[in-house]
Amino acid sequence: MENVVQKINNLSIGFRSQKGEEISILKNITTEIKRGETVGIVGESGSGKSTLALAMMGYIKHGLFTTSGECTFNSNDLLKMDGRALEKIRGRKIAMIPQNAGQALTPNLKIGYQIDEALRLHTDLNKIDRDKKISELLNKVRLPSPETMALRYPHELSGGQQQRVAVAMALAGTPELLLLDEPTTGLDVTTQAHVLELLKFIAKDTGTSMVYVSHDLGAIAQVSDRIIVMYAGEIVLDGPVRSVLKNPIHPYTFGLLKSIPKLSLAGLPHSMPGSQPQPGTIKKGCSFFDRCSLSEEKCKLNSPQLEYLEELKTSVRCFKHKELIETKNKENVITRNDKKVQINEILNLTDVSISYAKQKLLDQILNRFTDDNPTVKGINVDINKGETIALVGESGSGKSTILKSIAGLLKTKDGNIKFGKEKILQPDVKHRNPNDLRAIQLIFQNPDESLNPNHTVEQIIAQPLRLYFGMSGDELKKNIIDILEKVRLGEFYMTRYPRQLSGGEKQRVAVARAFAAKPDIILCDEVTSALDVSVQAAVLNLLQQLKEDFGTTYIFVSHDLAVVRAISDRVAVLYQGRLCEIGPSKNVYQTPSHPYTEVLLGAVLEPDPDIKPKLVAEDIVEDRPPEKGCSFQGRCPKVIGDICKNETPPWIKADNGNLIRCHLSLEELRK
Amino acid sequence: MFFLIIKRILLGLITLFIVSLITFAGTEVLPGDACTTYLEREAYGAALEACYKRLGLNIPAHERYLSWAYNVIQGDFGYSLSGQMPINEVLGPKIKNSMVLASASILIGIPIAVLLGIITALWRDKLPDIIISTIAIFSMTIPEFISATLLILIVAIWLEWLPGIVIVPTDVSFFELLPNIILPVVAISMIMTAHMARMVRSSVIQVMASDYVQMAILKGVPYWKMVFKHVLPNALLPAINVVALTIAWLLGGVVVTEVVFNYPGLGRLVIESISNRDLPTVQALAIILATIYVGINLIADLMTLMLNPRLKTLQIRK
Repeated sequence: MENVVQKINNLSIGFRSQKGEEISILKNITTEIKRGETVGIVGESGSGKSTLALAMMGYIKHGLFTTSGECTFNSNDLLKMDGRALEKIRGRKIAMIPQNAGQALTPNLKIGYQIDEALRLHTDLNKIDRDKKISELLNKVRLPSPETMALRYPHELSGGQQQRVAVAMALAGTPELLLLDEPTTGLDVTTQAHVLELLKFIAKDTGTSMVYVSHDLGAIAQVSDRIIVMYAGEIVLDGPVRSVLKNPIHPYTFGLLKSIPKLSLAGLPHSMPGSQPQPGTIKKGCSFFDRCSLSEEKCKLNSPQLEYLEELKTSVRCFKHKELIETKNKENVITRNDKKVQINEILNLTDVSISYAKQKLLDQILNRFTDDNPTVKGINVDINKGETIALVGESGSGKSTILKSIAGLLKTKDGNIKFGKEKILQPDVKHRNPNDLRAIQLIFQNPDESLNPNHTVEQIIAQPLRLYFGMSGDELKKNIIDILEKVRLGEFYMTRYPRQLSGGEKQRVAVARAFAAKPDIILCDEVTSALDVSVQAAVLNLLQQLKEDFGTTYIFVSHDLAVVRAISDRVAVLYQGRLCEIGPSKNVYQTPSHPYTEVLLGAVLEPDPDIKPKLVAEDIVEDRPPEKGCSFQGRCPKVIGDICKNETPPWIKADNGNLIRCHLSLEELRK
Repeated sequence: MFFLIIKRILLGLITLFIVSLITFAGTEVLPGDACTTYLEREAYGAALEACYKRLGLNIPAHERYLSWAYNVIQGDFGYSLSGQMPINEVLGPKIKNSMVLASASILIGIPIAVLLGIITALWRDKLPDIIISTIAIFSMTIPEFISATLLILIVAIWLEWLPGIVIVPTDVSFFELLPNIILPVVAISMIMTAHMARMVRSSVIQVMASDYVQMAILKGVPYWKMVFKHVLPNALLPAINVVALTIAWLLGGVVVTEVVFNYPGLGRLVIESISNRDLPTVQALAIILATIYVGINLIADLMTLMLNPRLKTLQIRK
């Protein structure tokens, strides 16, 4: 048998622009996948990595076409095959595990049927054997009770389970090559770590080659033997995992690694200037030229070629990679320059409970709430002026729910939210006075959805200025320009529409809009999770800078513990709408910590193949919080017995000032 | 599920009640009434009084509404003013005629629309799509009174194949009616089919671009199997509601087409009874049309619910 499963030779894929120009989104890709090897393809959005993965199955999206090159699988060019021949290979020899299994499973077909379909197409098994094989596959991907699982519809499973079904389906034809397109993006941290673990097991168990496409260097580092880094449709670096991650000799990879916040280091990551060029804008020279700190005249005029370095077994597309090795030992993070936080309470949550349960008609008339087991319960937090407090937890932990209640978008069921020393905020945003509304601003996760596509940047930022300060004319314009400069966007952005901006620029406009109101508190709801890492680092730095300038208080919601570590002063860990632990961020990241914090920290993926995640708890998804006892009892690896089921755990104070809600003693938690 | 159906039926009844109130109030508020229209210039003094008394218009409005509503619930719409006969007898044959026209258009139009929609979607931007879509947009934009008139000109007057206008008594038998309805059906279907084909096309295209269809292709599912198993069930689901609205629109009488072809259906009756100020008939028609809309939409919603596993489980969980 040949040692190479797939060979890609000089592949270019592009589309035709409205002016009739040919625009490439993949440029001269040459690489090969060896038998049994796992290759990670990493790049930010728009780098062409997904197009490359699909081309490896001979699939080109509507509107795209191949301009040159071939993609050979077992010495047949997939791109020249007809539909019939491809049907024989797809799913049988090469299988795909999609990005979002929830959307990649056909909604009207039971999952058993969808796996059976693959088996019928690609094996000669009869009905009885196929049923047996379905159970076997579902078992292999570690799904509980495979027989009943097969009878469910996709929407009846959790995200992690759907992803496992997609893996089972891909394994139905015993493929020689598995393509994984961001298979864990969108999953919770613990689920992600478990799915990666499963994928690694499958690679070892079946000996299949894998191509793992992701923007997440942490995930890539865990599974890959080799990494290909893509930028603007080109391979810029291709080498063994340790060489690429520990000795990144391409300036883009180097910058990318620097912009990832790390769990082990407090402080902000370095950001790379600019953003990836749009396809077709770079006519000659190096495509990273604009953003590179080492670039010189030569880089602008000539395109560097991929150069193989024997000693590192790595190919690199850069004229100046030798200089990079010499200059790279700079400090790792930017230390935050925080003023000492005064004990000066600005927001206080007392016994806040929030419920999504629909009220019965009678309760509505009597204006009373009867839900004994609300989504969020008993939250007590004091927030001081000028501090950044982070709420962390997986999906369903109630972190965004609390944020919405502070903003008044969701009424609290019980307890109250105090602004400043005395003033109790109205639970409903409609009843708040303009000054309270101005004082609390919200930045959303996805700027594509939070910015009105029909408004120019000027109109977007003018709104809070007009509304809260009654500005108009020259004064308004001057202020808009002022704010735009603060978020490092120039005056010329005023006439642009959101669709003309990049993801990072859009989020800057959203930040500018929030700051235009001169707020006391800014609520940040996963503000960086829709952004690429290099852009994320820039936005985090911007937020920190603005905080230092204005003394704003941030309430920062995120599922990413490394990001939280980088930006926050204090961290509150939530599970199922109940607080588990709260304390200064440096303490939360050390022992002793709540078992749930430990689970979360263990599941974080570092962009380093030698730091493995620790999987201490099962990744079960709980629909609702337990009726009584500790909220984490269902998954806790340290559960002691009935006391956890029946009694709400007390707050215990660690010597470093950290508060932990657990029945265990500090010594036991330290273990 | 059971409760949901009950709930929807109750809501439908409330809608009908409100419709009856609005139509009743509307006919009350308008200046003039059946008697002034009927008597024309003699509408004064004793003759007017006598007419009012005969038609019961001298009773206060709310009492008239109650007695009318009471009778309607029992299926009696009262007397038509212009024809001086029970409305039920006037309506019966017209409803039948409209049903014949609607069913014929539905039976011919919907399958063609779905088929054309699928063809244009699967051969998107290729020749079949370009040809069919162009024709569809063309027949969508031409108003029906023009296309209907053109049809009469070409088929009935130049070619003399079919009768141009329907000149048969209202209660003619089905087979005698048949040659008369061909042209109206063609005229109606042209617009309806074009609209629905466009709708199906975009729905299929949307599903074809979905992740799960891409996944099915990458799984190696043969093309036509993918179309029938993965695409169509999901693409046609949203079409059910549009089809339902179209059916309701057809049953409610396609006013313009019926008038152009002189077709004795509900649509023409609506026009006639409004111009005659035949208020009881107008009220009866409003109630019947509302019932048709409410009923068909209810059926469509229930069908969507049955066919969509996602909605089904959601309802059961609640």
